[in-house]
Amino acid sequence: MDPSAAKLIGAGLASIALVGAGVGIGTIFGNYLQGALRNPSAAPGQFANLLLGFALAEATGLFGLVVALIILFVF
Amino acid sequence: MAEPPGLEGVEHTAQGGAHLPNPMHQFEIERIVPLKLLGLDASFTNSALFMVIAALLITAFTLFAMRRRALVPSRLQSTAEMSYEFVASMVRDNVGTDGMKYFPFVFTLFMFVLTLNMLGMVPYSFTVTSHIIITFALAAFIFLGVTLIGFIRHGPKFLKFFVPEGVPFFMLPLLVVIEVISYLTRPMSLSVRLFANMMAGHTMLKVFGAFVVALGVLGGWAALGFMVAFTGLEILVAFLQAYVFAILTCIYLNDALHMHH
Repeated sequence: MDPSAAKLIGAGLASIALVGAGVGIGTIFGNYLQGALRNPSAAPGQFANLLLGFALAEATGLFGLVVALIILFVF
Repeated sequence: MAEPPGLEGVEHTAQGGAHLPNPMHQFEIERIVPLKLLGLDASFTNSALFMVIAALLITAFTLFAMRRRALVPSRLQSTAEMSYEFVASMVRDNVGTDGMKYFPFVFTLFMFVLTLNMLGMVPYSFTVTSHIIITFALAAFIFLGVTLIGFIRHGPKFLKFFVPEGVPFFMLPLLVVIEVISYLTRPMSLSVRLFANMMAGHTMLKVFGAFVVALGVLGGWAALGFMVAFTGLEILVAFLQAYVFAILTCIYLNDALHMHH
C-alpha cells in the first residue's frame, strides 16, 4: 500500500477516539439532568463538578484527535 | 517525510476546485524580532508578543479596577473582586485554608491561561495555549513545584502517597507502580488537555470558516449559523479549560499538602 494512504487511514482510525468523548459527555450531562430533576435544590452545588467532568471527558477524546493530527502533520 | 497529497503548503485544492486555506496555518510562529542568544533561537515571536499582551492586560485590569477601592464597588471593581473571589473559593474548597498561601500562584495561573485563551478567540490573533510546549512548560513547573512542596512538607514520608491504604500487601508491587506512573503522567495529561482543546477548537473554527466562504452567499448560511454557535461553545471551552487547569493544580496541591486519596 502507498505509505501516504496508510497515513490517512491511520489518522482516520485515531479519530475514532472521539466516540468515547461523545459517550462520556452524554453520560455526564444525562446523569446530571437525571439527578437535577430528582433533587433540583442540590443541582446548583454540583455545577462545578459537572463542568469538570465535561472537560475531563472531552479531553480524553481530544487526545485521540491529537494523535490523528500528529500522524497527518508531523510524520 | 512524505507529505500526503493535498496537505502541503498554505493552500490546497479541494475536490470541487475551491481553494480552502490550511487550517493549521493559524498556529504558525513568526519571528518579530530575530535574536540569537548563545546559539539558541531566542527571537521575540508572535507567541511571546501575545504573552506580553496578556500579562499587561491582567496587570492593567487588576490595578485599574481596584484604584478606587470603593466600599460600594463600581462594575469594573466588582468584576475584579468576582474573579478574586472565584479563585479564592476554588482554592479554599479544594486545598483548604492552609492552602491559601498558594492563592497568588493559582490566581496568576488562572488569569494567565484565561486571558491567553480569550485573546485567542479574537479573530486574526494568535492562541498561545494551542502550542504544547507552552502548556507543557506550565504543567511541568506545576508538577515540579507540587512535588517539591510535598517533600518539603512531609519529608520522605511523602513516598507513602504512592502506597494505597487497605489493599492486601501482595498487590502492593503492582499498585505502587501504577500509582507512580499515574503520578508521572500528570504533567502530560494537564498540558495535553489544554493544548488539545485549544488546537482542536481553533482548527474546527477555521475549517468551518473556510466552508462558509467556499459555499458562498447562497449556501453558506447553514455553515455560518453553525460557526456562530460553535464560537459560543469555544468561548465556553476557553473559560472551562482555564478553570480545569486551575482546579487540577488545586487538587494536585491538596494531594501534596494533605496526602489523602
